[in-house]
Amino acid sequence: MAIEVRIPTILRTYTGGAKSVEGSGATLAELLGDLDSRHGGLRDRLVDDAGQRRFVNVYLNDEDVRFLGGLATPVADGDTVTVLPAVAGGGR
Amino acid sequence: MLTITADLHDKIVAHARADHPDEACGVIAGPAGTGRPERFIAMLNAERSPTFYRFDSTEQFRVWREMDERDEEPVVIYHSHTATAAYPSRTDISYASEPGAHYVLVSTREPDRAEFRSFRILDGVVTEEEVRVVDGRAGSAPE
Repeated sequence: MAIEVRIPTILRTYTGGAKSVEGSGATLAELLGDLDSRHGGLRDRLVDDAGQRRFVNVYLNDEDVRFLGGLATPVADGDTVTVLPAVAGGGR
Repeated sequence: MLTITADLHDKIVAHARADHPDEACGVIAGPAGTGRPERFIAMLNAERSPTFYRFDSTEQFRVWREMDERDEEPVVIYHSHTATAAYPSRTDISYASEPGAHYVLVSTREPDRAEFRSFRILDGVVTEEEVRVVDGRAGSAPE
């Protein structure tokens, strides 16, 4: 089983510079755990004690997983997961 | 240094003025590896706030995928401050996640004068850079 996970520039330090890595799992949470076993520390950039980190966007194919099942979103062979840090800021 | 055409400079300022008193935000895409801003993309501020901005996550996905398909990257990421200086705030610095981008700040705190400044933000360190506004169509700026 292979799920492609696309990694943004700032997280490629965890993947040896790779733009894309593969993993497996039945849910997004399992997939992140699987990735973390080979790319230690990557999961902590996406997830904290409260769940998915607020300013990191994770997409299953074309959809933000916040609109699906969050970390419990089922994933399957052939899916593509994309990670994009949110672009945000402000005057204060 | 940020080299940008007058046309793109003016589009950023116009967007900031139009959205005032909310913060405006957007991207200027350019061919990957060239550092040349060419394609203006105004983004929705999903926060619609006078003190905060955030790209809508679905729109960001579409724009980032489109840039990828066109072999572009986000050369400029711009946003406006509506009551404070055109300088990166603590939140701007903590959320800066495109190490190759020029972060352009516009301040619309004064009605008759827009401040336009550009910065690199790398690992939490802000470095201001010169802005060189050139004439001509995007892509034809002299090297």
